[in-house]
Amino acid sequence: MSTLDISSDPRDTGLDERALARRLADLWQTPRGIIGTLSSVDHKIIGRRYIVTAFFFLLLGGVLALAIRIQLAKPENRFLAPDLYNQVFTVHGANMMFLFAVPVMEAFAVYLVPLMIGTRNIAFPRLNAFSYWIYLPGGITLWVAFALDMGPDVGWFAYVPLSGPQYGAGKRADIWAQMITFTEVSALAVAVELVVTIFKQRAPGMSLDKIPLFVWSMLVTSFLIIMAMPAIMVASTTLILDRLVGTHFYNPAEGGDVLLWQHLFWFFGHPEVYIIFLPAVGMVSTIVSTFARRPIFGYLPLVLALFATGILAFGLWVHHMFVVGLPRVGESFFTASSMAIAVPNGIQIFCWLATLWDGRPVFKTPLLFVIAFIITFVIGGLTGVMVASVPLDTQVHDTYFVVAHFHYVLVGGAVFPLLGAVYYWYPKIIGRMMSERLGRWVAGLVFVGFNLTFFPMHILGLIGMPRRVYTYGPEMNWGSINLFVSLSAAILAAGFLLFFVDAIRSAFSGEPAPENPWNAPTLEWATSSPPPSYNFERIPVVSSSDPLWETPETLPVATGLRTDRRELLLTSLSEANPQARESSPRDSIWPFLAAIATTVMLISSIFSAWAVVWGSVPIAVTLIAWFWPKGTPEDAA
Amino acid sequence: MRPRLKALLGAACALPGASCVGWQSTLSPQGPHAESLLRLIFAFAIVCALVWILVVAMLAGALMRRRRISREPLASRPREERRLGMLVGAATAATVVVITGLTVLSFVATRGLEASHDDALKLRMRGYQWWWEVTYLDPRPDRIFLTANEIHVPIGRPVEIELSAADVIHSFWVPSLAGKKDLIPGRDNAITFTATRPGVYRGQCAEFCGLQHAHMAFLVIAEPPEAFDGWRRAQLTDASAQTTSEEERGRGVFTQKACAACHTVRGTSASGSLGPDLTHVASRRYIAAGLLESTRGSFAAWIADPETLKPGSNMPNVPLTSDDLRDVSAFMASLK
Amino acid sequence: MRQRIALDVSELPMHGLEGASPTWWGTFAFMLLEGTGFALVIAMYLYLLDLAPQWPIGAEPPRLGPGTALTVILIASLVPNLFISRWARERNMRKVRFGIVIMSLLGIAPLIPRAFEFSALNTSWDSNAYGSILWTMLGLHTTHIVTDVADTIVLAVLMFTRHGTNLRRLGDVQDNALYWNFVVLTWLPLYICIYWIPRL
Repeated sequence: MSTLDISSDPRDTGLDERALARRLADLWQTPRGIIGTLSSVDHKIIGRRYIVTAFFFLLLGGVLALAIRIQLAKPENRFLAPDLYNQVFTVHGANMMFLFAVPVMEAFAVYLVPLMIGTRNIAFPRLNAFSYWIYLPGGITLWVAFALDMGPDVGWFAYVPLSGPQYGAGKRADIWAQMITFTEVSALAVAVELVVTIFKQRAPGMSLDKIPLFVWSMLVTSFLIIMAMPAIMVASTTLILDRLVGTHFYNPAEGGDVLLWQHLFWFFGHPEVYIIFLPAVGMVSTIVSTFARRPIFGYLPLVLALFATGILAFGLWVHHMFVVGLPRVGESFFTASSMAIAVPNGIQIFCWLATLWDGRPVFKTPLLFVIAFIITFVIGGLTGVMVASVPLDTQVHDTYFVVAHFHYVLVGGAVFPLLGAVYYWYPKIIGRMMSERLGRWVAGLVFVGFNLTFFPMHILGLIGMPRRVYTYGPEMNWGSINLFVSLSAAILAAGFLLFFVDAIRSAFSGEPAPENPWNAPTLEWATSSPPPSYNFERIPVVSSSDPLWETPETLPVATGLRTDRRELLLTSLSEANPQARESSPRDSIWPFLAAIATTVMLISSIFSAWAVVWGSVPIAVTLIAWFWPKGTPEDAA
Repeated sequence: MRPRLKALLGAACALPGASCVGWQSTLSPQGPHAESLLRLIFAFAIVCALVWILVVAMLAGALMRRRRISREPLASRPREERRLGMLVGAATAATVVVITGLTVLSFVATRGLEASHDDALKLRMRGYQWWWEVTYLDPRPDRIFLTANEIHVPIGRPVEIELSAADVIHSFWVPSLAGKKDLIPGRDNAITFTATRPGVYRGQCAEFCGLQHAHMAFLVIAEPPEAFDGWRRAQLTDASAQTTSEEERGRGVFTQKACAACHTVRGTSASGSLGPDLTHVASRRYIAAGLLESTRGSFAAWIADPETLKPGSNMPNVPLTSDDLRDVSAFMASLK
Repeated sequence: MRQRIALDVSELPMHGLEGASPTWWGTFAFMLLEGTGFALVIAMYLYLLDLAPQWPIGAEPPRLGPGTALTVILIASLVPNLFISRWARERNMRKVRFGIVIMSLLGIAPLIPRAFEFSALNTSWDSNAYGSILWTMLGLHTTHIVTDVADTIVLAVLMFTRHGTNLRRLGDVQDNALYWNFVVLTWLPLYICIYWIPRL
């Protein structure tokens, strides 16, 4: 493909649409065959893989959740032995946070952001491919370990000393720590790509005040990832060092400290919640605007709320540590900051309500999920205000009240919008509509099932049930509520099952989707469903934050890009004025091979510290091969 | 408790399955700390419920409001936009007010909970995987004694407990009496509470601590001061003398087999310190940190096969003949 | 949708430089990411220090020699580093080739005193938490030197191949110089923590 036959002018200026489409397809299409598949750098192919993989992990994690609910359905149940139970809840939590929630949000961004800002591919597309190929083995590591009875059993936040060298026997905690490394490398890579894509590759005219809100939310999220995830990398690395080579970071007998772990973990762990929640906020803003049939109300306050949430997210971590006995002044500060984050979240809710109030709501499935989201998430936010109070938290901390709270925030706050987003963007990604009839059933079952499952857990916590107990005695009087919860979980599971059925069925027999089935205003709807490998025949030119409502019939576009090399447009940071035509790298097998080399090094390092040294050699070789210029037209400057 | 709060409590109890018999329940407070925390929980819960109802009402209004003819999505309507802006601004201001109010409420509650007491009963609890070692402290060394998994406290007198951990992090939590506080290796914590009514209150480790986190409970038995003093005097004595030959033989087995390596029974040669002090083990209501009621049968079952009853427990399976097992459990049951 | 030509970009350059270059921004994002990592490790150091009854724990303060020598080399390397960045901007191939060789050597040079630094710490990673954090700080920074010097050497080789004259390589040289500044600057707080705070 490196030597395209270009007769005279390599630019797209004079070409008619069909000839242009043919040339671009030749240029951008991922080649067929296994090598082609493994080499693809198309953000849509990678994004789709990411989404499917993440939902697969959701399914697996959901099965574990059901196992937990069966075990707890009655007192002194013997469905899961304690050792297995501890693995089950740890893998459930770690899987849902690291293998599902964060990756799935980034996956949607990988797919959607380049389309929404009107460019041909994500920045650093090979890094993007690498990020997927490093995420996948991370997930496989965790689940294979679990299948081999080596699953981590120390809780998703792996508190030391329980996870340390003395009490965390075997390789279980190492598996946890290394799974973190895999997923963090992948998340950090995507975050860097997204920042640069959003900064530099927006369509001409898409100045800062015209960026779609989902893109804004992903920009803030990416910065949160960049600033928060190093903390967990430092934490998991020092934990492995303690376990493998005998350092003493977390050993109080030798000058270490067990609370240091909690500080590091939650310095990451709290922003993590917003890393999951903010993309969902962006999805909600998008869906609300489309189905209220008016521009979002309060664009600027919504953007500022994203930033405020992002900044405050770093000032809350101690509220996970209110019962460890820290000085009162510190605790008071963290109470105040934890309460304060309710304000930007409130602003967002009010802006959505105002948009719906003033708009002409069309009750399609995505909007139903948003309605379910508002009703449910507000409960989670309010119980969040409750646990932000130090004295109140001393009663509910580490009980089922908190289990209820964070599921309201994470499922109600992030998974509901995510399901709405699937129904919303499915036609664009797959090219077929999902079933509106089944969609209503899914929304109903998930909403009702979720609330029946998790609301009673608040009460369980208040009547004394701690989290992470594998069983309880009949004398505790928790049996009937637990049974109710477990039965309700079946409704929730039925909702998810129906969702998967609909998603799979529609891929084959859904109604074919037009370009813009929802009459939505953003650029991803200005191209075919699914989009071609090059996204847009010509790069759109933007003059409004709702471009497709501004000019519903015709799309203003730019000409002058070459058709003999993968080329896209760079624009300035704030005004999005065109700056340069930049090339975009071709498919390459090296990111895949580099990920394999990295996987070998990371897995081996669990067993021998020297693997870090010898394992670096193949990584270096693959990286050099990856970056070595190949003399393609993309290399021209 | 004020009558209004009582009524609310009643309402909470009416919820399906909720039990306020509660010997381990935030909703059934038995002392000033837990009562003040429950008031705080209710105050927050009521405010939050009102906010939620308001938001859902606004949502319902927004969705169901009658609308005139459709219009272009980008129609410019500055007057409506301004009105919406004022509404959103007002709602945000209200949020700030509510949040500030709740924050102040929280600070006031914190202050109310912190008062030092000179006459407090002082004891020390140390968390082990998976049981609680209890030391009753006293200025006079001969009045210090050890027990496990069950503490007695006099009603009306503050109790101050020093908390420490021997292995991993645990958390001390008796919801009917106070909020929780972690026991952290390498750090010292303390918690204070007062029980106002006689009763048996259950506590449980609230920080995941490994395999048997679920079976790490303890009891707080609140009793009138005289009863407490009697109990304390009894605990200070050595183990009671064995009355039957079975118990006598059981003591022999206990002191000669592995038992004595880990357990102390004052008044015998058994002086191990890895496991709970068993001097008055039969006076406690439960053994194995809340797992089994203290009967002779459960002593026998526990000694015969701890691994099945509490998998992962550090109590080893000591091979005993059935005669030895019978005698040892008789001996245990005699340690009132 | 029908398309309407609204803009012609055919006259734009075929490659973005500096602020218009994605790699330049990518380098910044990575520096932010790794800078956070360094900041956290320093925070850990100060946290452990605050907790310890005496500091250093059970050891003499590290010997100053190797660490100071390395610091001098690193700071000195900033001068040619600034020059190579300027030469790359001026597209002066001859000087860039000369500079990249110098920078490769100046990247390898600090590894020599670094090798002696570990033994100059007077403590081992497995002695206590103090030793652990010192070794980690040094190890983390060494990884950064090694990866950047590897990148510099690869670039140096490229400079003498047919790819060297490509404008993109000159951009890579600039980004690499930018990153080396970061490697040098992050060392300074680490140097103070490792060598001077124990002497306070």
